[in-house]
Amino acid sequence: MSVLVYIEVRDGVVKKASLEAFSIGRKIAGELGGNVNAVLAGSGLDSAVEKAKAYGASKVFVAESGDMASYVPEGYMKTVVEAASQSDAKVVLAAATSQGRDLAPRLAAKMGVMFMPDVTSIEVEGGEVKISRPVYAGKVYMNLKAKVYPVVITTRPNTFDAVEEAGAGEKVALDISFEAKAKVIEVKATGGDRLDVTEADVIVAGGRGLKEPENFKLIEDLAGTLGAAIGATRAVVDAGWRPHSEQVGQTGKTVGPTLYFAVGISGAVQHLAGMRTSKTIVAINKDADAPIFKVADYGLVGDALEILPALNEALKK
Amino acid sequence: MNIAVLVKQVPDTAAQIRLNSDKSWIETRDLNWVLSPYDEYAVEEALKTVEAGEGEVTAITYGGDDAVETLRKALAMGAHKAVHIKKSGFTDLLGTAQALAKQVEAGGYDLVFAGLKATDDECAAIGPMVATLLGMPCITEVSKLEIGDGKVTAQREIEGGVEVVEAPMPCLLTAQKGLNEPRYPNLKGIMMAKKKPVEEVEAEEVEPRVETLGMSYPSERPAGKIVGQGVEAVPELVRLLREEARVIE
Repeated sequence: MSVLVYIEVRDGVVKKASLEAFSIGRKIAGELGGNVNAVLAGSGLDSAVEKAKAYGASKVFVAESGDMASYVPEGYMKTVVEAASQSDAKVVLAAATSQGRDLAPRLAAKMGVMFMPDVTSIEVEGGEVKISRPVYAGKVYMNLKAKVYPVVITTRPNTFDAVEEAGAGEKVALDISFEAKAKVIEVKATGGDRLDVTEADVIVAGGRGLKEPENFKLIEDLAGTLGAAIGATRAVVDAGWRPHSEQVGQTGKTVGPTLYFAVGISGAVQHLAGMRTSKTIVAINKDADAPIFKVADYGLVGDALEILPALNEALKK
Repeated sequence: MNIAVLVKQVPDTAAQIRLNSDKSWIETRDLNWVLSPYDEYAVEEALKTVEAGEGEVTAITYGGDDAVETLRKALAMGAHKAVHIKKSGFTDLLGTAQALAKQVEAGGYDLVFAGLKATDDECAAIGPMVATLLGMPCITEVSKLEIGDGKVTAQREIEGGVEVVEAPMPCLLTAQKGLNEPRYPNLKGIMMAKKKPVEEVEAEEVEPRVETLGMSYPSERPAGKIVGQGVEAVPELVRLLREEARVIE
């Protein structure tokens, strides 16, 4: 009746979203009356193993190999399947990051089990696992109960809290042989030091109300002051002002930061779907009737091009 | 080169989604149904690929009777033929993936495309599940693609960067926005689509491994406030963010 959580490591560092998945995994393992274990694949995993221990892993399954230094779906999949089998996992969890979204459905298919992706709540009731997940871009939620176990679940990043609680952390080395089919031949960083929009605590997002692509400089300045990521609406991405990697909403990314600035964004239903779970929303828009003000905690009516420099100065103080 | 494209019919993404009276499912009565937006990128990429050489594009869907409309859309865009796996009763993700995998295997395609996710249930699972069931290489969320001699090189977005991934063919690729600009079907395409062959296959009923407990609306956000107008309101906004919301230092 144990829970197994896949811990994603990039450049030796554990993904925050994986610690969130691990923390909810530990909670449901307790409710199911079993242990929570971690599984890792890659190379240079020592500090990641310690991290899994600090978060309460009973066992930490580790497949360490130079062949798996970057993500290899076949190798990583076999690693998790082996750990799930050795630990008799009832629930296999991963975070719905770009890697988790790629890996988890393969795991479910390989294990011949059900997959419940991108969940925002997991509860145990009478020994059964119930989840809730946003569908139709978060316009509504679907509530499901697993009928057959094991089940593979991914958790939406920035939804569950990551909480430390030390565990035994017994390391179990796995020797995995695999045939790589698709191979990562290069990883290119984009966006410099700036955080990805799905991983940031603060997001400054801009839309058509900025009038010209050059005016995104004002968004960049404010993001720089706040250490924030930049977001964009579908309209400005489709117009070629900003890259698709910054698009928030349906056909873009879903985010849930602590603080979200919607600047010059009217609040189309597709955009709201992608950011409505943000903890605090600030809207700056010229049109007092714009739908964005209905979801905003704090609204400022006025010209974004005048307000942004003033706001940036005030926040620097 | 023969290519399969896995497609799905979904409600228009601009639609307001309402639940039915007992909240067991969405209210489908007034919805406008479309080819899932990511599937349009998948169809376009398949068409571009055969147009650059030779071969045929087969659109495959798993769905109820109405899903044939989505196959017609793919055919109107230029796909050559279609397979409609007719849903009869229950299934689940794995059941759907198994039914699609069976058709993909039977077709012996050189490449398989799918949208990265359907915009209704947003599982982003069918592509990689089908590939895994068939032991086929798979690259998900592809935003740039080059097809070479017996292999593909693709770019996929990851947090803060891109991965460049290489895979031998046959392989399965899921399409991300940015891969291409999908064409609109022209009148000739729409007329021709009516005459193109659509093979019907009966799907096996699968006992679902999950139980749907119902649907719900997201919790309403508490009403916010308008802090003020223009630049004059900036100091008050900053004060509220620091002292009331406590989200900045």
